[in-house]
Amino acid sequence: MKTSNLLKGAALGALFAAGALAPAMAQDSVYFANNAYRTGPFSGSGIPIGDGMRDYITMINERDGGVNGVKVVYEECETGYDTKKSIECYEQAKSKNTIVYSPWSTGATLAAIPRAHVDKIPILSMAYGLSSSADGTNFPWVFIPPFTYWDGASVMVRHMAAELGGMDKLKGKKLGLIHLDAPFGKEPIPVLENLAKKYGFELKLYPVAAADMQNQGSLWLSIRRDRPDYLYNQGWGAMNPTAVKEAAKNNFPMNKFVGVWWAGGDDDARAGGDQAKGYKSLSWTLSGTEAPAMQDIVKFVVDKGKSTTPKEKVGEALYNRGVYNAMLVVEGIRNAQKLTGKKVINSEDMRRGLESLNLTEARLKEIGLGGFVTPTTISCTDHSGHSKMFVSEWDGAKWTKKGDWVEPLKDEVRPLIESNAKDYVEKAGNWPKRTEPCEKSS
Amino acid sequence: MLYREAGQYKSSYASDMAVFPLKEDRIGIAVILAIALVAIPFLGSDFFIASVMIPFLVFSLAAIGLNILTGYTGLISLGTAAFMGVGAYSCYKLTTLFPGVNIIVLILVSGLFSAGIGVLFGLPSLRIKGFYLAVATLAAQFFLQWAFVRVPWLFNYNASGAIEVPQRTLFNIPLTGAAATPETRYFVCLGLVVVLTWFASNIVHGKLGRSWMAVRDMDIAAELMGIKLLNAKLAAFAVSSYFCGVAGAMMIFLWYGGGEAADVFSIRLSFNILFMVIIGGLGSLIGSFFGAAFLSILPTALKFGLPALGIPIQGAAAEHVTFMLVGALIITFLIVEPHGLARLWQIGKQKLRTWPFPY
Repeated sequence: MKTSNLLKGAALGALFAAGALAPAMAQDSVYFANNAYRTGPFSGSGIPIGDGMRDYITMINERDGGVNGVKVVYEECETGYDTKKSIECYEQAKSKNTIVYSPWSTGATLAAIPRAHVDKIPILSMAYGLSSSADGTNFPWVFIPPFTYWDGASVMVRHMAAELGGMDKLKGKKLGLIHLDAPFGKEPIPVLENLAKKYGFELKLYPVAAADMQNQGSLWLSIRRDRPDYLYNQGWGAMNPTAVKEAAKNNFPMNKFVGVWWAGGDDDARAGGDQAKGYKSLSWTLSGTEAPAMQDIVKFVVDKGKSTTPKEKVGEALYNRGVYNAMLVVEGIRNAQKLTGKKVINSEDMRRGLESLNLTEARLKEIGLGGFVTPTTISCTDHSGHSKMFVSEWDGAKWTKKGDWVEPLKDEVRPLIESNAKDYVEKAGNWPKRTEPCEKSS
Repeated sequence: MLYREAGQYKSSYASDMAVFPLKEDRIGIAVILAIALVAIPFLGSDFFIASVMIPFLVFSLAAIGLNILTGYTGLISLGTAAFMGVGAYSCYKLTTLFPGVNIIVLILVSGLFSAGIGVLFGLPSLRIKGFYLAVATLAAQFFLQWAFVRVPWLFNYNASGAIEVPQRTLFNIPLTGAAATPETRYFVCLGLVVVLTWFASNIVHGKLGRSWMAVRDMDIAAELMGIKLLNAKLAAFAVSSYFCGVAGAMMIFLWYGGGEAADVFSIRLSFNILFMVIIGGLGSLIGSFFGAAFLSILPTALKFGLPALGIPIQGAAAEHVTFMLVGALIITFLIVEPHGLARLWQIGKQKLRTWPFPY
């Protein structure tokens, strides 16, 4: 007998239904809901990311009065990196007509991908999520710029070859992959296996169970025994600082230890203390606040007290990636306005805007990020761009760029993406065929 | 006055043993079912149905499952989430192997696999009790969760390593997959929960349920009276895991629409359901619903309800407030009524019977 609870629920439901939740749409504004996690076990990474996104959008609203005069109403929905709450956030974002959904977790992305194709809401999963969603023909509503985990794995191999002196020198070498034992962590395996076969190096896997993120002692014993020449770390959250600490403790040469971009937060490396010097990670955004757009954030937002970010945190690696993600959203809106001629766009226009995103070096210069972030071009079939990235190194206090911008091995990655996308669509049964016309990059 | 048994005579054993002997109770159940079947789908917004009602139904079923084991039989389990996972993964395997079979049938069948695994991990309960059994079920939780990640056959070698829910239909109406409307998914959930609750109610009021309670209250005495402990305990594990398995299949297929074990069926979910059972009331089916409502609806209501009522709090703050509020409410309820919300409900009904002239 659950009358009282049901009544309460029904009363609240009536409140929801009454549109109490509908956003107060001011004149000429677009609504953008972003999933954030400022609480929970991953908040250490979630807070700088959310801060970067919020500050960039605030800066655009403060400096330019929005995108071409249209204010971006930015709202955060707290997920705690929990898929259940992320799904709630998706439903809420949908009911408020968000122009784009920004999941910020692979689990949330996987749950949202089928829905987005029915609800016609574009998903922007920046360098995370489902790698095969880079296939725009099968996933017209998902965008994964500037590249996928598979691109990252291929750049890791290129980095290894570059240090050894050529692809032919890979033969007989050992590459260790230390990864979270979950779908996210296992992402790079198929690409690395293919490349290992092709170039004759050996791939060793070191899985870390989610429960043992902070307890990797036994794993490092086997790493010591195997002595891999290079170690690639596909980790997230509490796993990264632990891995860096263990590497230092076990005297693994730090300059042979490379993390995926999400294992390249400032706090991840800081945990290793002085011994973490030389730890590397892949990246596509330079740290620091030298870029003109970053200067504007400091000037219009942080110094004006319109931000919650501590000033010393502005310009950290993850913060700048948040900025990059917000920049993609803003440029998507701008493109959509150009394509449709409308000022206030909706989610379907936004999809067109993202599909024709062409962030050349020249365009990035206009935005004020030229030379500081990777240029990327999205097309109708390629929803990722497979853009260049670089290897950055921790100098004990901050991440600095080492070496050049490197292209991923697109010829290796792309066929895998297409075959996996086909596989996904076949298994889904009744997957909606793409009906949206292709956009030209502008 | 409103709630009296005066004048309601029982003239047969059947009516004397009825679950709802009072007319008022039967009317109440009918009203609740009418609200659930008619009012909510037609008046509730999509957000309310998808984010409040469906999770509530899924958790109710899982809480009933755990309550059968912990509340009725007295065997503490921390492996609930893993047994839910078994249901979800078997449902996925079944639907990809037999795409022609209706998904509702498969959801019900997938519970059987979960029941089998539950019995397997229930075997130690014969020799160990209490805290030690809790640790044994904890092993089930960790082992199964590890298997979901490690055995690619379970998720059909998907590159994403997750269950990708295919579209399945009934009379050309999509029940699962993205095209299924929240209302459709809600009706399927509601149907399953109502039928299975009726089923559970009949079990716990019958011979099997009585033997469970005897085992719970004093297993040696129960054995002396001729109850076979092995059968009773393993049946409890089987039925409980069946319910959890169906709840897990519902969770992935009718609510999440895709997901992976490490993320969904983690130890946190096990604890969450255990709290639902404790707060709702051990050994009570109504309590399972109360507990699920309390721990699944309340956080959502606070997170989205408070801003809607004009109390402006930002996401992170709302999350912290929810944490504190839910924690404080849990403590309050357990101090006020250690037997859970179900007992409060019972006391309330008792008071109503003598209202307005209490003696």
